[in-house]
Amino acid sequence: MSLRQALKSGKFVITAEIGPPKGIDVNNLLSNAELLRGRVDAVNVTDQQSSIMRLGSLASCVLLKEKGLEPIVQMTCRDRNRIALQSDLLSAQVLGMKNILCLTGDYVTLGDHPQAKPVFDLDSVSLLQAARQLEQGHDLAGKELTGSPHFFLGASVTPGAKPIEPQLIKMEKKVKAGAQFFQTQAIFEPRKFEQFMQQAKNFNAPVLVGIIVLKSANMARFMNKNIGGVYVPETTIEELDKAQDKTKKGIEITVRLINEMKSMCQGIHIMAIGLEAKVPALIDAAGL
Amino acid sequence: MIISELKPWSEILSYLKDEGKIFLVGCKGCAETCHTGGEAEVLEMKRRLEQEGKIITGFSIIDLLCDKALARMRLTPHQIEVKAADSMLIMSCGIGVQAVSALINKVTHPACNTINLGGVQGEWRGDERCQQCGDCVLDLTGGICPLSVCPKGLLNGPCGGSKNGRCEVEPEVRECGWHLIYERLKKLGRLDKMKAIPPLKDYSKMQPPKQLRNTTLWSLER
Repeated sequence: MSLRQALKSGKFVITAEIGPPKGIDVNNLLSNAELLRGRVDAVNVTDQQSSIMRLGSLASCVLLKEKGLEPIVQMTCRDRNRIALQSDLLSAQVLGMKNILCLTGDYVTLGDHPQAKPVFDLDSVSLLQAARQLEQGHDLAGKELTGSPHFFLGASVTPGAKPIEPQLIKMEKKVKAGAQFFQTQAIFEPRKFEQFMQQAKNFNAPVLVGIIVLKSANMARFMNKNIGGVYVPETTIEELDKAQDKTKKGIEITVRLINEMKSMCQGIHIMAIGLEAKVPALIDAAGL
Repeated sequence: MIISELKPWSEILSYLKDEGKIFLVGCKGCAETCHTGGEAEVLEMKRRLEQEGKIITGFSIIDLLCDKALARMRLTPHQIEVKAADSMLIMSCGIGVQAVSALINKVTHPACNTINLGGVQGEWRGDERCQQCGDCVLDLTGGICPLSVCPKGLLNGPCGGSKNGRCEVEPEVRECGWHLIYERLKKLGRLDKMKAIPPLKDYSKMQPPKQLRNTTLWSLER
């Protein structure tokens, strides 16, 4: 079933994220994908996440598709201008990719090539507009296409941001620009997510809540300091700190969060960040 | 010296569509030299806007609008006129617009586009920076330049890297530019500006125009 059909069917949708290798050894990517086959509805492959140069999202997604998974291509505006982005959207389509997650992208200095020239010719909103324009048979310059693509377009939102209003304003713009589903940044505060959804549900686009499995208290503290819009409450950090088996406790916290938030939205988006092997167990434990 | 040119008349009028009372600000620095914000141009703007049925509550032409201390001093005697206006139309480069926006809690509109002179900046005394993009968007952003305050130069609001009002790039020294814009627009009661999706930016206007390269000014600057 395609992601579009899964969301349309009204079932609780599960997506998971995989990071491609730095290099061309795709064994790990494929074995992680194998673990997810039949357990999730779609798999995202990140696009140079945290501005770290890796194998591309599109190539990785083609490999996943060959293995029978439903891929979501992530596309950021950091490294490509409007010419390259439009071209890659067309390339994605001829390679059988429908699902595109349109993102702005992290800034280059956060990654491993801080000397690189940042692009940001388009942003998440205008990338969505570009995809829509291609669907209508024209590029951003108004030139006619021979054969037009058809996408299922996604976008991201940060429900834990303080204040939340700028995020909601941008989310609404993304819907207007063409976003058909949302995968959120990770959130560890169900009450906050509930408040966010009270507003976000008005935009009538399915929301998959972002889930990160915590590995340690230090990881949580690092995210609180460095990752935009992510806040792990102090009580959760203490809980992890006291636990003997941190991985087990991390899964337990995640299952609790999923159970508290699953009635508020249309699905979850799991960002395992190294714990891909634990995802099937996590899905079982959450009873999904 | 910063080169500016007046925006198309239709664009200026579109900014003032829902506003009847306007206060005009000109600049006797670069804008006077460019014939975009000197006394003659401010008076001409006043005449044309009055023809359009607008009420000009007052005007002030400041020696160097980028000098905020001076701008504050010169605008103080006009307090009542500024207060009576729905908005302010600023006839200067992008720095002048941002300087007035920083000083006065009132909607500002840029009357000019600031043209790229190839990296040369003019007189300035404060935090405000103008990228000389040739297609000023300050009307949409509460008089804070998104190309200058956001490292990514985003035009549609904050990215996911905004944290507690700080920017992901250098959180210790940088505020999130879109957080500043949001706060300013909220204070002005104009969040509708942030909700609008602006047209795609024309980055070709960021190159110094051909006709400028032929001037003595360009040769001198080099």
